[in-house]
Amino acid sequence: MNEQNQPSAEVVPTGTSDADAVRLDQGHIHGEGGYPEAFENPGLPPHTPRLTDIDEAAAKRAERQIAGLFTLSIIGSILFLVGYFTFGVDARNWFPGVGVMSTTHLLLGAGLALGLLGIGLGVLHWSRTLMPGEEIVESRHHLASSDEQRAELADTFVKGVEGSQINRRPLIKYSLGGALGLVSLPILVQLVGSLGPLPKDDLYVSAWSGLPDENGKRTFSAPRLVLDPENRPIKASDVTIGSVFHVQPEGLLDLHDHVLEEKGKSSVIVMRLDPGDFADNDLGRKARDWGHDGIVAYSKICTHVGCPVGLYEQTTHHLLCPCHQSTFDVTQDCKVIFGPAKRPLPQLKITVDDEGYLIAAQPFMEPVGPSFWERD
Amino acid sequence: MSTTASTPRPADRLREADQPAPRQVDGLTAWIDDRTGAAPGIKYLMKKVFPDHWSFMIGEVALFSMLIALLTGVFLTFWFDPSMAHTVYNGSYVPLQGVEMSRAYASALDISFDIKGGLLIRQLHHWAALLFIVSLNVHMFRVFFTGAFRKPRELNWVLGTVLSLLAIVEGFAGYSLPDDLLSGTGLRAMQGFTITTPVIGSYLVYFIFGGTFPGTDIMPRLYSVHILLIPALLLGLAIAHVVLVMVHKHTQYPGPGKTEKNVVGYPVLPIYAAKQTGFFFTVFGILTLISTFFTINAIWVHGPYDPNATTAGAQPDWYMGFADGALRLLPGWLELDLGSFTLSLNVMLGALVLLPLVFIIQGAYPFLEAWVTGDKREHHLLDRPRNAPVRTGLGAAALTAYGILMFTTSNDIMAIKLHLSINDITRTYQVLIFVLPPLVFWAVKRICISLQRADREKVLHGRETSRLMQSAEGGFSELHEPLNEYDRWHYVSYEPTYPLLEGETGSDTPGVAGSGRKVSKARAAFSRFYFQDSINPVTPAELEAAHHDHETHEVIEASAEPREQIEAAEKH
Ligand code: HEM
Ligand code: FES
Repeated sequence: MNEQNQPSAEVVPTGTSDADAVRLDQGHIHGEGGYPEAFENPGLPPHTPRLTDIDEAAAKRAERQIAGLFTLSIIGSILFLVGYFTFGVDARNWFPGVGVMSTTHLLLGAGLALGLLGIGLGVLHWSRTLMPGEEIVESRHHLASSDEQRAELADTFVKGVEGSQINRRPLIKYSLGGALGLVSLPILVQLVGSLGPLPKDDLYVSAWSGLPDENGKRTFSAPRLVLDPENRPIKASDVTIGSVFHVQPEGLLDLHDHVLEEKGKSSVIVMRLDPGDFADNDLGRKARDWGHDGIVAYSKICTHVGCPVGLYEQTTHHLLCPCHQSTFDVTQDCKVIFGPAKRPLPQLKITVDDEGYLIAAQPFMEPVGPSFWERD
Repeated sequence: MSTTASTPRPADRLREADQPAPRQVDGLTAWIDDRTGAAPGIKYLMKKVFPDHWSFMIGEVALFSMLIALLTGVFLTFWFDPSMAHTVYNGSYVPLQGVEMSRAYASALDISFDIKGGLLIRQLHHWAALLFIVSLNVHMFRVFFTGAFRKPRELNWVLGTVLSLLAIVEGFAGYSLPDDLLSGTGLRAMQGFTITTPVIGSYLVYFIFGGTFPGTDIMPRLYSVHILLIPALLLGLAIAHVVLVMVHKHTQYPGPGKTEKNVVGYPVLPIYAAKQTGFFFTVFGILTLISTFFTINAIWVHGPYDPNATTAGAQPDWYMGFADGALRLLPGWLELDLGSFTLSLNVMLGALVLLPLVFIIQGAYPFLEAWVTGDKREHHLLDRPRNAPVRTGLGAAALTAYGILMFTTSNDIMAIKLHLSINDITRTYQVLIFVLPPLVFWAVKRICISLQRADREKVLHGRETSRLMQSAEGGFSELHEPLNEYDRWHYVSYEPTYPLLEGETGSDTPGVAGSGRKVSKARAAFSRFYFQDSINPVTPAELEAAHHDHETHEVIEASAEPREQIEAAEKH
């Protein structure tokens, strides 16, 4: 392996030493001019012993350090136990460097960390200083088995199939195929069939179309807009220019069940704009017409993937979705002016009842929230 | 020994003291071997040699943090209640007292505030999960950049790919369990992008959620996925992964004495076992320290999930970042209106296509590379990344794309912190995602090649250190100190490579494109792309030539090193 022992080994040419035979600009030379094709592996460098291998005093020092780390671990575990049994779960104290903090959390954490790190670092130090430090060479063997062994395996399969006679008896072969194909169906049907109901019209309706009765039917009843979470109806006169209200249809917040499911579709944001702020185009006019006196109501469920669009910039009349920053322009019927959403936020047509409270004039006319295949 | 025992003589009694005392461990090994016959196998395993390198520890960190997540996760199951039933919170966290919430959220709060040490376990669980996914990815890149995925380890690369996908799903399922505002917002987004699946989207989400979002079914379902289904798969596949490592024997970095036919390192007993044990405790200890002092996922801050509530700067755990980033970059016009149907490519591409695509490409890479290089041999010596410039460049480009998507996730935060317009930032990213990866590929490939050149330079002309001596001596005779054979080996111990040529059927290098099938035009082109610029190691003949060159020219013009010549040679 180690043919040349000179550290600054030159390659000793075995053939002619006429250096002109080798020209760099001719590219790579393969074993030409009597030189080997590539360098040879010089073999493992000589092992240099560690201090702890040759100096017993150093070894003793390492031993003490390792034992010291293990002792730290013992102290850590005791700290944990003391912390656990002396303090209540809600005790809080001031600790230097970290400030006020849950006492048990800190003592338990620090104790456990010390207990683990003491062992970990101790064992690592031990393995580096005192355990044998010389590398060992193990040889590798080709993974592949011999050709005969592979052929024997293949034979085994072939013989197995022959033994079963499946190829000679088509009746068995095809009926088994059919049976296996069908038997997966019961399992699949059970799972898929029982996981959940079909969507039906559920994506198209919301609590603005009415709350479901015992039969799940919804009848529109021009509900008032109530504040979420105060559950209080609002008068048109409460909505000043620049203010924002988060509302639900009246009755929703009194439900016991399915509150979140209803809110997920019916959350609406209400703003008042100066009627002159609406854009002077079809979109702006429609937005104003569906509102009341500059007050407009829009679905809060983002048409991208459904986050609540909660950030209203008064000066620009932009609604911003916090999830991926889709930006909707209220003056243009909440058309998307930036970001990954495509469709505008659906508008809820509103008006006032005879007491001056804001009510829905009609339910949402399209599904709210993210797009799906069969919506048009 | 037994023959003397059968014919007892008086002196035997005296000799007994000389015979090795029966050791306790003999009894133990005998007991086990009587029942399993495993003595030789276990001995073989205990003497197995593992090479030692810091970069081999990253995979261990992944394994250990997974085990820690499993352990702490089992603790959490004793107190966590995956139920969407309503309850009114009356635990000891004052700001939320009297608030209506789900049992799931209330029990996660109880773990944090009313169960001694519960918060520590929760924090350990989440930090271990994060470290698991980080280290898994870094490990994967170590394997990639060193070419450790080549034959015979392609299978293990595929296993690793599946593990990393499962880890992400597991993490997402866990993140959704506490049912606080952030976890509900994450679920809402999941519902929102699943529903965009063409044709079956709305059916799919009604099946997954058992009806209208959020419903009460999703929590128990996620729970059994999170604590049963995926952990079982993770554990099983991780074990298979490690067993395959042992079957293959670990790869090693090239170096003096290391060959394709050996493994140089430390035996399991005592060194490797001790190092692993020490390392496990150390990782566990460090995670505990982090969990003590740094709060992750403070579920009490934002309150329970409410579809009508918003937080600015909502962000998922980091490993979902790239998909979230892609959702931010895809423009809205990609949502196509197909008459009475809607195809939301703006959502689908990022949420439903990107993730599987990334994992398919990742899983297929070893096979693609083998096809391009025509290399069918086993490889147990790793590549230094510079010696595979195209692979290293491709990896760097992939990392760049991933990084851009991750950065995009914080475009809102960045806009606020840097006072930039979010529109400008997003548009910049939209451009960068196309421009930067190819640029990085090109730059990294060039850097690799110049590093290879520098290596050649060192071999041909020795160490540069002696340049300092040049001025001290005033002469030019000792410009460079030649490398000794051990050092030189570091720079020359890789294989020369050549592109496959079109129409070629075999090669004189065993195993290289020797399948007998003709190399197609496309394959030859890929192979040229892969290899054409790579620089091959110095050969003994070249070294000799350089020496010759050295002697004749150096004294005349010491500074004019034959770099141009090398370059000319390399261009071949
Ligand atoms: C057998 C293994 C595991 C079990 C039994 C388990 C169990 C649990 C339980 C009961 C929770 C809810 C409690 C809480 O939120 O505090 C939870 C949360 C979580 N799990 Fe796991 N888990 C396991 C493995 C994992 C793994 C491998 C990951 C990551 C890849 C992970 C990531 C999470 C995350 C991110 C949370 C949210 C934690 C938080 O609220 O801070 N889990 N897990
Ligand atoms: S959910 Fe609103 S922008 Fe994505």
